[in-house]
Amino acid sequence: MTSSISSSVISPRSSAELTALESSFAQVVEALLRQAESGEFLTVKLSSERSQFIRFNQAKVRQIGNVADGSLKLTLIRDQRTSYRSFPLTGDLEVDLQQAQLALADLRQEVSQLPIDPYLVIPAGTSTSHDVHLGQLLAPEAVTSTVLPIVAELDFAGLYAAGLLVRGYADSSGQKHWFATDSFALDYSLFGTGGEAVKGTLAGSTWDTEAYKTQIEESKAQLQLLSTPPKQLSRGQYRTYFAPAAIAELVGMLSWGGISEAALQQGNSALKELRRGQKRLSPRFTLKENFQHGLVPRFNEWGETAPIELPLIVAGELVNTLVSDRTAKEYGLAANGASGSEGLRSPEISAGGLAREQILAALDTGLYVSNLHYLNWSDRPTGRITGMTRYACFWVENGEIVAPIENLRFDESLYRFWGENLIDCTNFQEFVPEVGTYGGRQLGGCWVPGMLVEGFTYTL
Amino acid sequence: MISELSKAIAALDLPADWLGLRAVKDTSSTYAVRDGKPETNGKSLTQGVMVEVLVNGQLGYGATNSLKLESLQAAAKTAYQQALTASQWSIHPTTVAERPKVVGQYSSPFLKPLQSLTAGEINEVLVKLCQTLKVSDQIVQTSAAAHIREIETWFVSSNGSEVYQKFLTLATDYAATAQAGPVVQRRSHNGWLAHCHQGGMELFLTPELWAEVKQVGEQAVELLSAEECPTTATTLVLDPDQMLLQIHESVGHPLELDRILGDERNYAGGSFVKPKDFGELVYGSPLMNITFDPTVPGEFSSYSFDDTGVPATREYVIRDGVLERGLGSLESQARLGLPGVACARATSWNRPAIDRMANLNLEPGNASFEEMIGNIEHGVYMQSNRSWSIDDQRHKFQFGCEYAKLIENGQLTKTLRNPNYRGTTPQFWRSLSQLGDRSTWKLYGSPVCGKGEPNQTIWVGHAAPVCAFTNIEVFGGGA
Repeated sequence: MTSSISSSVISPRSSAELTALESSFAQVVEALLRQAESGEFLTVKLSSERSQFIRFNQAKVRQIGNVADGSLKLTLIRDQRTSYRSFPLTGDLEVDLQQAQLALADLRQEVSQLPIDPYLVIPAGTSTSHDVHLGQLLAPEAVTSTVLPIVAELDFAGLYAAGLLVRGYADSSGQKHWFATDSFALDYSLFGTGGEAVKGTLAGSTWDTEAYKTQIEESKAQLQLLSTPPKQLSRGQYRTYFAPAAIAELVGMLSWGGISEAALQQGNSALKELRRGQKRLSPRFTLKENFQHGLVPRFNEWGETAPIELPLIVAGELVNTLVSDRTAKEYGLAANGASGSEGLRSPEISAGGLAREQILAALDTGLYVSNLHYLNWSDRPTGRITGMTRYACFWVENGEIVAPIENLRFDESLYRFWGENLIDCTNFQEFVPEVGTYGGRQLGGCWVPGMLVEGFTYTL
Repeated sequence: MISELSKAIAALDLPADWLGLRAVKDTSSTYAVRDGKPETNGKSLTQGVMVEVLVNGQLGYGATNSLKLESLQAAAKTAYQQALTASQWSIHPTTVAERPKVVGQYSSPFLKPLQSLTAGEINEVLVKLCQTLKVSDQIVQTSAAAHIREIETWFVSSNGSEVYQKFLTLATDYAATAQAGPVVQRRSHNGWLAHCHQGGMELFLTPELWAEVKQVGEQAVELLSAEECPTTATTLVLDPDQMLLQIHESVGHPLELDRILGDERNYAGGSFVKPKDFGELVYGSPLMNITFDPTVPGEFSSYSFDDTGVPATREYVIRDGVLERGLGSLESQARLGLPGVACARATSWNRPAIDRMANLNLEPGNASFEEMIGNIEHGVYMQSNRSWSIDDQRHKFQFGCEYAKLIENGQLTKTLRNPNYRGTTPQFWRSLSQLGDRSTWKLYGSPVCGKGEPNQTIWVGHAAPVCAFTNIEVFGGGA
């Protein structure tokens, strides 16, 4: 059993909304679980947000608004068969209970028609947790007058997203989890007159105007560096330094046909050759899941709690994969608290020995890549990834920035850039927040160093 | 619902210049089977109302999943306050003319209702599809999935708009993975979720389905012993199931006016197309005719009105290779002073409408498939997308396909695996040298086009004939 309560400064508005939401969730869950019949198992999962979104362009407001959303996912398991219904949680108990009853009745009618599922995960255990992280966000009506005057003379574009995010879970075996966080993310770009750009992200639970001003000043200084004419490079292999934001993009690929045990078992993983010992990664490359940071819930869709840390690749060797309970059942393995999709939830790559002030000197001559864009597997079985450089990327000669570059396409195997060609990682990590908002604001982010790589392949 | 929303508008007491309510009820069912065993079964309902308020030339929105009057009033009040706060920072003085009064309705054509097959019956078909895909012991994984959706939208406004639209859609994905030692090849039914259309359950069990699915399994095995696609510059022939991606990424996105205006720069990017290019830019060869056409019956993204109530019509975007108009809403058209189309669309009730392609089609030419291949001395014919990437200005791209055939002396010869190609957008489209006729013209699409801040996933339709492009860089796999 795990149980924890933590809180920082609680904003009264979020606190009231949260209390009402938790009460709604509890009442609907109680009504549903009371109806579980013998031989039936029920799980209930909540995802909810109260968000303000402001989209900016040219340091002006393009769109502004608020979204109050929340949905429950009810799963019924009976006779080795399962199905789910997802429906809104509105906070109106009468409406919500009616939807819940309809969903349960509908599920009972459907489940008996379905094929037997041999890898079904039946909820078990009695673990509970309660994590609340409320903060100090800008008042909604104060955001534009706080954010925009500081960038009024700049070509500033981006999104400010803020508010309360909640994830909840309960099941018929007695597990119950609650995770709530007040947070904001300002994801922005500054553009120069020639279309050159730098990117910045400010995220957290407490807005700090001074930190925002400082970051904008740093972004402006970077933009100044981009004002010289860009250097055109021909295709070829170049020694390259990847800043942490670029590494975060590459790490993201491991959640898509990478570190998943199911993907490995089913022949769909790019790490197949690493698993078989046919290829190696660099002893300088170490990856783990680290939930110590506390920005994402540790419980998954079956109420299982992930270990606080899970080493995945240690000194280039694959020591663990992400194994969901469902995959464990199918292949006779032990689960390790992974989610059903077996993607990374709180990844961290270990730091190395390269000091920040030594980066350009160590790069010597080559490319300084701040960010990458639109990655995809170009040949998954060999771990080959294609994508584009983006934002402030530079040509460096003899340890000095010479000029920005025109964006380049790369096509390269992770067995090379995280393997034989990885020279070193920086001795610092940066937190790269998850700012995605598909289907709702996402949680967490990753902790990654920069990396220096020999002979990285650029193709167009 | 229309009358309830109209009453809600009448009850809202705000000094606004305009008010609009867009309600959405979206029920989607997902069924997925792997190796004949169930993976996913379930149904999701999302419903709610997007309230838009115009004040001082600025729109604000409040979205709520509660349909109660007091929730709508609270959302409207929030929207009003947001608009008021932002009005001194407004990027564009919005007018009521950008939300014209319109009354009408639309419904997807269908023969068999979506409810005509039960979940059990759908699962039976999916299991049988997996069995059909497994043509050999070398098939190590089979999968079959169906996504069935019914979306209803209601739009009312303070200037008298009343629109109801109902969309019935089906998207399917069937695939086989084959393995021989270290070689792994995956083949699917025209690419991931490319089979997506509007209609009823008649789309699920088509007469040709079983033969097509068997061929998917056979081609997965065939790829195991195929040669790697050569690295060369040659004539590239693309099937309509890859043209869908080519049109989407290198024509659709760069022509979105909000990208050209810079709204999208912080996320997906801008465009190499500039405002002065409209009416001037030779985008492709004279064979290239692209239409924005939400009127094609059964195509995935057909509708009669966009999500701001603007009537949808067929328009030429590129005619005889020359760029004529962009993909932009009334707001974007007003901001740029350029012609656009009825394409303000939102993924659901909880997102504001933005510029989106809907059905974006390449019109057919006159050549039969045999005539096209017969005209090519050396080339590669590729089918079904498996990898996609393009830069933030939609200029440099690299795409990969599942299956290819070598073309030698006017004949399709050897099968090729891991086929990829790359190029730059205008150069590529200007190399369009042959265009298939109506018999080669096929409808495909995607339910997962991502864009916007906050992010939105939306459904798009793309139809095209078989196309040939000269002197394109192609290459194979391997590190």
